[in-house]
Amino acid sequence: MEDMIIATLERAMVAGTPLLLATTGEIICERSGILNLGVEGVMAMGAVVAFIVTMTTGEPWLGVFCAVGVGMAISILHAFTSVSLQANQVVSGLALTMLGLGISGMMGKPYVGKPLLIKMDDLAIPFLSEIPYLGKILFSQSPFFYLAVFLAVAAWFFLEKTRLGIQIRSTGENPKATETQGINIFRIKYLSVMIGGGFSALAGAHLSISYSKSWIEGMTAGRGWIAIALTIFALWNPGRAIWAAFLFGFIFVVQYLLQPLGISPNFLSMLPYIATLIILLLISFKDPRRLNAPAMLGEPYKRGER
Amino acid sequence: MIKILISDRYEISAFRSFMTNLISLVSGLFMIGLVFLFLGVNPFYAVFKIFSGSFGSFYGFKETLTKAIPLILIGSGLTLAFRAKFWNIGAEGQLLMGAVFASWTGLFLGNALPSYMIVPLMFFSGFIGGALWGMIPAILKIRFSINEVISTLMLNYICADFLTMLIVGPWKGSTRFGFPGTDNLPESAVLGLIPGSRIHYATFILSILCAVILCIVIYKTRFGYEARVVGENPDAGRYAGIDFLKTTLILMIISGGLAGLAGVGEIAGIHHYLGYPAAVSSGYGFTAIIVAWLAKLNPLLTLISGIFFAGILVGGDAIQISLGLPAATVNIVNGILLICLIMGEYFLKNKITLRFSK
Repeated sequence: MEDMIIATLERAMVAGTPLLLATTGEIICERSGILNLGVEGVMAMGAVVAFIVTMTTGEPWLGVFCAVGVGMAISILHAFTSVSLQANQVVSGLALTMLGLGISGMMGKPYVGKPLLIKMDDLAIPFLSEIPYLGKILFSQSPFFYLAVFLAVAAWFFLEKTRLGIQIRSTGENPKATETQGINIFRIKYLSVMIGGGFSALAGAHLSISYSKSWIEGMTAGRGWIAIALTIFALWNPGRAIWAAFLFGFIFVVQYLLQPLGISPNFLSMLPYIATLIILLLISFKDPRRLNAPAMLGEPYKRGER
Repeated sequence: MIKILISDRYEISAFRSFMTNLISLVSGLFMIGLVFLFLGVNPFYAVFKIFSGSFGSFYGFKETLTKAIPLILIGSGLTLAFRAKFWNIGAEGQLLMGAVFASWTGLFLGNALPSYMIVPLMFFSGFIGGALWGMIPAILKIRFSINEVISTLMLNYICADFLTMLIVGPWKGSTRFGFPGTDNLPESAVLGLIPGSRIHYATFILSILCAVILCIVIYKTRFGYEARVVGENPDAGRYAGIDFLKTTLILMIISGGLAGLAGVGEIAGIHHYLGYPAAVSSGYGFTAIIVAWLAKLNPLLTLISGIFFAGILVGGDAIQISLGLPAATVNIVNGILLICLIMGEYFLKNKITLRFSK
């Protein structure tokens, strides 16, 4: 029983990692006022690129690097339509998702079902990994796990304490006032969208080369959309995103725990999606003024318009 | 020195709108060609194959019309929702729910009732199924301010799992040799086809009727006007005393219900049984988003854009078979065309002039 709880929590951390990465990225992006619904597609692109590069070169970190590069590059498309052309961000994001899912499916077709033999070893942190219970759950994980937590904390510090982070936030709150301060808000928005894309692709890379070590079409399974919901649940705060993501990691894992009890596996696979609706319902009871949503989220900004 | 001046364009003529869309589509096709080239497929051959497969032969055109039925039904419903800025991305789930409800009616009442009663009943129950599934995000948005993009998407996944649960569990057919899926619908519940094709004419006529009626609803009725106000100027709507919950509920009942009708057509007209979600609908709910967008949110124009995108789906199948491309190819085509369409809109809304100076 004890072993089972530890194993479950350990898997929950693994399942929460891509959610945390994608949520952190989406928070940075949305803080600049751009809603990016392309997470799911960029994640799929990241997954397929990381998988192909790792498989052909044998270097997982090169795969991760290429995935992040591709994720940032393809996100420019969304930045261009929503920032430069002031297009509808919902439609543009959807288009990016379609494109990402399509290109990844096409690129990955020869690789479907092939197992990845290159292993990315778990990293046991000296001393800390020997703490009973916690050591196993938190300190002997895949490098992606530490990276995700580190990046979330770093993103919090970046948004709250650094000059650029404050510029990003004020762009999302009041682009006009920000611009009068002599800040190039177009550059800020492009940058934020690209950072967000890089994070989504990193999440995808984790899925294909560490989590499942294979590629199949549709393997992202709505995780990108859940990350967008988690962004709201985390009140646009990367610190809160950490526990929100791992809570959802737990929900993803708990399906396998309940399966032996004779509950329909199809019912159990609904759980993450139902849970997403439930957390959004819970958060709606909060005072909207304290939700912290960027004031200009999703609003196109046109220079010189009153 | 060349100076680029960008200014707002206040009046947009229908001709300019049409030409902009046309140029967007053509440049979209050009970009799709580039992607094919990048992936090592002859772009001219691929684009040629898409259109010759769908519009080039009588057989292909019949298939195109078959696939246009769900696209027109869903797409025209989406124009109404999108006009109110209600981003219903959940038509896929609403279609599946319609299929589930209609299958129940067909499977469990089909043997007891004659065809002239069971077919209308199936359409009715499919409409109810889609409408109920569409009402959930409407209530969630208005009462609990939950973003409808996320809620409709989550409901898609939930519905697909629910359907799978039914066909591997309680509804599993005894004639399927252990494979998931219900038994075939009784003869009386199967829709008639136009001879020599797979066009189920009842749904085909219904889809045209719906597009026409919705066009009248949007432009000529008080409700249509209110829906547009909710989308374009919610503050004014609030002052004018528009009931947001009522308006949103009605438009989602219509939008979801029409998606449900599309589900009935797929089940009763094409498959004749309820199978896996991916088999019931080949992504019609998502393609219909672009159908609505290309139609400039005018339900009547979905008749044209629906047939166009049905052609792309049929042509996509054709190149999948002849070039060995994966099913995701259609997603690329859709994504690129949608991006080009929204890029084109920039040139509609803004006037760009080049000034040459010394």
